Amino acid sequence: MLKILKYVAAAIAAGLPAGAAFAAWEVNMPVGVTELSREIHGLHMLIFWVCVVIAVLVFSVMIYSIVKFRRSKGAVPATWDHSTKVEVVWTVIPIAILVGMAVPAAETLIKIEDMRDSELTVKVTGYQWQWHYDYLDKGVSFFSRLDRKSDAARQLRSGIDPRTVENYLLEVDNRFVVPVDTKVRVLLTSGDVVHAWWVPEFGLKKDAFPGFITELWFRATRTGVFRGQCAELCGYDHGFMPIVVEVKSKEDFEAWLQEQQATTGTPAAQTAAAPATSQLETDAALTVARAE
Amino acid sequence: MSTVHTHVDTHVHDAHDHGPAKGWRRWVFATNHKDIGTMYLLFSLAMFFVGGVMALIIRAELFQPGLQLVDPMFFNSMTTMHALVMIFGAVMPAFVGLANWMIPLQIGAPDMALPRMNNFSFWILPFAFTLLLSTLFVEGGAPASGWTMYPPLSLQTGPAFPMSIFAIHLMGASSIMGAINVIVTIMNMRAPGMTLLKMPLFTWGWLITAYLIIAVMPVLAGAVTMLLTDHFFGTTFFSAAGGGDPVMYQHIFWFFGHPEVYIMILPAFGVISEIIPTFSRKRLFGYDAMVYAIASIAFLSFIVWAHHMFTVGMPLAGQMFFMLATMLIAVPTGVKVFNWAATMYKGSLTFEPPMLFALAFVFLFTIGGFSGLMLAIAPADFQYHDTYFVVAHFHYVLVPGAVFAIMAAVYFWLPKWTGRMYNMKLAKTHFWLSAIFVNVLFFPQHFLGLAGMPRRIPDYSTQFADWNMVSSIGAFGFGFAQILFLIVILQSIRGRSGVKATDKVWDDGMPQGLEWTLSSPPPYHSFEVAPEVK
Amino acid sequence: MAHADSTHAPTDKYYVPHSSPWPIVGSIALFTTVMGASLLLNDAGSGPLVFTLGLVLLAIMFAGWFGDVIKESEARVYNQAVDRSFRMGMMWFIFSEVMFFSAFFGALFYARQYSVPWLGGEGSKFFTNYLLWRDFEASWPTNGPAAVGGDFEVIPAFGLPAINTAILLTSGVTITIAHHALKAGNRMLLNVFLAATFLLGYLFVYLQAHEYIEAYRELNLTLGSGIYGSTFFMLTGFHGFHVTVGAIMLTVIWLRCLKGHFTPTNHFAFEAVAWYWHFVDVVWLALFVFVYWL
Ligand code: HEA
Ligand code: HEA
Ligand code: CUA
Ligand SMILES: [Cu+2]
Repeated sequence: MLKILKYVAAAIAAGLPAGAAFAAWEVNMPVGVTELSREIHGLHMLIFWVCVVIAVLVFSVMIYSIVKFRRSKGAVPATWDHSTKVEVVWTVIPIAILVGMAVPAAETLIKIEDMRDSELTVKVTGYQWQWHYDYLDKGVSFFSRLDRKSDAARQLRSGIDPRTVENYLLEVDNRFVVPVDTKVRVLLTSGDVVHAWWVPEFGLKKDAFPGFITELWFRATRTGVFRGQCAELCGYDHGFMPIVVEVKSKEDFEAWLQEQQATTGTPAAQTAAAPATSQLETDAALTVARAE
Repeated sequence: MSTVHTHVDTHVHDAHDHGPAKGWRRWVFATNHKDIGTMYLLFSLAMFFVGGVMALIIRAELFQPGLQLVDPMFFNSMTTMHALVMIFGAVMPAFVGLANWMIPLQIGAPDMALPRMNNFSFWILPFAFTLLLSTLFVEGGAPASGWTMYPPLSLQTGPAFPMSIFAIHLMGASSIMGAINVIVTIMNMRAPGMTLLKMPLFTWGWLITAYLIIAVMPVLAGAVTMLLTDHFFGTTFFSAAGGGDPVMYQHIFWFFGHPEVYIMILPAFGVISEIIPTFSRKRLFGYDAMVYAIASIAFLSFIVWAHHMFTVGMPLAGQMFFMLATMLIAVPTGVKVFNWAATMYKGSLTFEPPMLFALAFVFLFTIGGFSGLMLAIAPADFQYHDTYFVVAHFHYVLVPGAVFAIMAAVYFWLPKWTGRMYNMKLAKTHFWLSAIFVNVLFFPQHFLGLAGMPRRIPDYSTQFADWNMVSSIGAFGFGFAQILFLIVILQSIRGRSGVKATDKVWDDGMPQGLEWTLSSPPPYHSFEVAPEVK
Repeated sequence: MAHADSTHAPTDKYYVPHSSPWPIVGSIALFTTVMGASLLLNDAGSGPLVFTLGLVLLAIMFAGWFGDVIKESEARVYNQAVDRSFRMGMMWFIFSEVMFFSAFFGALFYARQYSVPWLGGEGSKFFTNYLLWRDFEASWPTNGPAAVGGDFEVIPAFGLPAINTAILLTSGVTITIAHHALKAGNRMLLNVFLAATFLLGYLFVYLQAHEYIEAYRELNLTLGSGIYGSTFFMLTGFHGFHVTVGAIMLTVIWLRCLKGHFTPTNHFAFEAVAWYWHFVDVVWLALFVFVYWL
C-alpha cells in the first residue's frame, strides 16, 4: 500500500514540475540533487496526497450536506446525535494512517542524522551578515557575502529594478565549492546571533548557534550551482545573506582547492581574523569523530 | 449536549436592582461581566485593526521585489509587533470578551466569580499595549526579533527591550487573572443541575483553555525574565560562554508557545460546536467525544513543543518523539472535524452569517491543520521550516480559523447582546469578501514557501515576485472587507438596523443553552436567581 | 455596595460588588511601575522617581482593595459560594506561581543535563567542545567554558541553607498550630504562633541576605557567575522575594487577628496565606535539594 502511494506520489511529483517553464509561478518543493532531498521530497508528496485524499472525503460529505440537506429544500433534521461505532472508526483509521506515515519519516530521519564516513568537513560560521567557510583539513577559508550588484539594487528606493539583476539576492562574492558525489559534512556555528544554513536543493536546513556546533551532511549527485538563504531571523540584513554552493567534478574541485591553497592572496587573506585550525589536530579529531 | 429544560423567570426584577452606573464610571469601575465583556471585545477589535495595518505594511513592502517603502529594521519591527498585537491584543482578548459575556449566561450565573479582578484583568491590557506600541517611537525602534524573541538577537534590542518585556509581563498577568476567573466561575457558579457534561461546548472549550493559560503564561513570563536578566544583569542562561544555551530559550518559549496556539483555537472549537448544530437544526454529533477531544488536544499540546525546533540539532530520539507526538494531535482534531460534518449530515441547514463563517472555519481550518501535519514530519520540516509555508499554515489556522470563529461568534450572539438584528446583507457581503480574499492572501504563501522563500524577509529574489503580488492583493482585499465588519457592528450597537431580536434570536434554528432563555438584551444582572437545569 | 445592605441581601445571593476604583488604580500603578523600571534599566534620569511612584500607587491599591474586601468580609456579605470562589482563585494563583518557578527549575535541569555536558563534548556535540571550547570539561557547579565572572566557590548545603531549611519547616509547623488554634477559638495561641511564623520568615530572609552578601564578598559567587550563578540567584532570589511577600501577608493577617477578625469557621484570608506559606516552603525544599545539595 505504502509502496503504491509512493509510486503515485513520485508520478505526480514528476508531473508537477512540468510547469517549470513558468518558473516564476513555481508551486512545489524542488526534488533536489541529493539522496536525502529526494527522500524528503517523496515524504512531502506522500503526506500531501494523504491530506488531499482525506480532505476530499471530508469536504465531499460537507458539500453534499450543504447542497442536499437545506431547509429551503425541505430537509427534515434527523434526531440521532451519536454513534459509538462510527466514532471508533474515525479515531482508529487516522491512527493507522499516521503510523503508516511515521515509519518512512522515521527511516529518513535516521539517515539524516547519520554523520559517519564523511569525506570532506567544512566549518561554516554565520555572522551578521555573511557566511564564513573553513575547509577544516585543507587550510582554505574565506568569507562569502551578498554580491555587489544585488547589494546596490536592494538599497531602499535604489531606483534599480531587481528584475534587471541576475540572481537577485541569490548571488555571493565567494561561492562555497564542493566536489560532486562526496559526503560533505557541514559543521555550523555562529559568531553572533542564530542563523540557519539552507540550500533547498540539498533538502536540509540547520540552525547555527554561537558557542555550539550543529551538523548536517549532503552528497550532491550532480554538478551545478545551487542557491539558498539564511533561514533564521538574524537582524537587519537577514534577508540579504545568501548561500551559493558550486558543485564541481572531483578533479575540478581538487584544482580549485590547490589554486586556493596557492593563492593565499585571495580570498583567504581576508579571513586573517578567523581562527585557523591546525590541520594536523583537526585530522586527528575527524578520525575520532568518524570512528564513533 | 443533552437537552436543557429551564424554568426561569428572569424578566421579573427586584425593585432595588441597580442598573449600570452612569457615564465613564460604568466602564472604568466596571464589575459587570457584560460591560467588561463589551470592553474586551471593543479593545480586541481595535487591536485587530492596529495589527492589520501592520500586516498591510508588511504586504505592501512585499508587493514587489526591491525595497520600496520601509527600512529592513522597521519591517522586522512590523512583523514582530503584528504578531504580538494580533495574538495578545486581538485574538486572546476577543475570546476573553466572549467568555465574559457568554459563560455566566451559559451556566446560569449572576456574574463572573471574581468581578473586581475581572475589571483588573481587562484594564491592564490597554496599558500593556500602550507600553508595547510606544516602543515604536523610542530610539532604536520597536523590538524586531520576531514574536518569538530568540536570543541572542533579541538581546540586541535597544531601549525598547525592557518596555516590551514588561508589556509581555502585564499581558501575562492579565490573561492569568482572566483564566482564573473563568475556571472559578465555571467550577463554582453553575446553576443547580448543570453538570459538567451538560455544559455548552463554548464553556467547555474555555474551561480547558483557561487551564492551558494558567499553566503556560507564567512560563513565558519566566522566559522573558531570563532574557531581561541576561541583557541587564549579567546572567548567562542563553549564552554558551557561561554554560547556558540559546536553544534553552527556545525550549522554554515553545513550552509556552505551542499550548498558546491551542489557547487561540480551543474556544474557537467551542464556538463552532454551538453554531453548527443551531443552523443544522440537529443536536451536535458526539457531544462527549467532542469534550474528550478538546481535553486530549490540550494534554498533547504540552508534549509537542519542540516541533518548532526540528532544525536546532536535537538528539535523534528527541526529534522522533516530538514528531510522533505532534502527529497524534491530528486524531482528536480529526474527531472534531468529523463530528461537525456528521452534525450537518441529515440536518436542515440554513446559511445565516454565523453559519457561513462556521462553515468556512471547518473547511479552512482543516486545510491549515493539514499543513500543520505536514510540518510535523520532521524530515520534511527541514525544508518547510522558517519559510512561507509555515506562515501559510499558521495563518490558515489563525485567520480563517480563530478569527473567523470570533466573527462567527459575534454574528451569532450580537443580537442577543444588543437586542437587535444586524444588517444581514452587509454581513453576508463581509463573509463572502473575507472568505475569498483570505484564500487569495494566504494560499499562494504555501507555494512561496515550498519554492524556497524564507519568512521574515523584507525583500526577495525575483522568482517569488508573482505569488507575492497575488498575496498582497489578497491582503488589501481582505483588509477592505473588514471595514464592512466594523460597519455592521457599529450599526448594530447604535440600533440603526431595526428589527428587534427575540429571546431565542434564531427562532427556527435550534439554539440550545441557557443564554437563549434570557431576554435580548439580557438583564443587567444575568441570573439573579439561579435557573434549574434538568 | 449595592447588595451589601443586609435587609436585601440574603446570604444565598452571590455578592457582586457594584463598582470599584481599585482595578484601574492597580492598572495605572502597574503601568507606572514597569515604566519606571524600564526607565531605570535604560539609565534615564526620571527612572527612580517614576518607579517609586509606581510602587507607592501599588501599595495604595493593595491597601484600598484589600481594605474593601476586609470590610465586606467583616460585614458578612460573602456567602459560602463567594468563599469557595476565593479559595479556588487562590489555589489557581498558587498553581500559576508553581509554573513560574518551573521555568527556572527547567533552566537549571536543562543546563545540568544538556547544555553543560554538551559544551564538554558529550553525545552528538563532539565538535562543540573540540572546535570551540577545547579545554572545557563538563562539571557542576560551573560558570561555563569562558569562566564567566571568574573563579567562585559555592555555598555548602549543610551550613546556612540547612539552617534555613529548618527555619522554614518550623514555620510550617507553627502556622499549622496557629491554624488549629484559630479553629479551636484559642486566640492567644493563634496570635503567638502566627507571630512566631512571620518572625521565622523574616529571620529566613535576613539569613538569606547574609548569605548573599557572603557570596558576593567572600566567594565571588554572583549573578554573573555563569549558569551556576544565574540559576542560583534567580531561583533563590525569586524564592526569597516570595518569602518576603508571604511574611508581610502573615504580618497583615496577624494584625487582623489582633483586631479580632476571623471566626473558627470563617477565615479564608488566613487559610489563603497559610497555603501560600506552604507553597513557599515546598519550593524551598526543591531548592535545597536541587540547587544547594545535589
Ligand atoms: C491556532 C493556531 C494553530 C493551530 C490550531 C495549529 C495546529 C497545528 N500545528 Fe501549527 N503553528 C501555529 C499555529 C497553530 N498550529 C503557529 C502560530 C506556528 C508558527 C509559530 C512561529 O514560528 O512563529 C505554527 C507552527 C507549526 C509547526 C512548526 C513549523 C516550523 O516552524 O517549522 C508545526 C510542526 O509540526 C506545526 C504543526 C501543527 C499541527 C500538527 C497542528 C494540528 O493541531 C493540526 C491538526 C488538524 C488536522 C490534521 C486537520 C483535521 C484533521 C482531520 C480531518 C483528521 C484526519 C487527518 C489525518 C489522519 C491526516 N505548527
Ligand atoms: C492571530 C494572529 C494573526 C492574525 C489575525 C494575522 C493576520 C494577518 N497576517 Fe500575520 N502573523 C501572525 C499572526 C497573525 N496574523 C504571526 C504570529 C506571525 C509571525 C510573526 C513572526 O514571524 O514573528 C505573522 C506574520 C505575518 C507575515 C509574515 C511576515 C514576515 O515573515 O516577515 C505576513 C505576511 O504576509 C502576515 C500577514 C497577515 C495579514 C495580511 C493578515 C490579515 O489577516 C490582517 C487583516 C486585517 C486588516 C487588514 C485590518 C483591517 C482593515 C483596515 C485597517 C482597513 C484598512 C484597509 C485597507 C485600506 C485595505 N503575517
Ligand atoms: Cu543570518 Cu538570517
Ligand atoms: Cu506548535
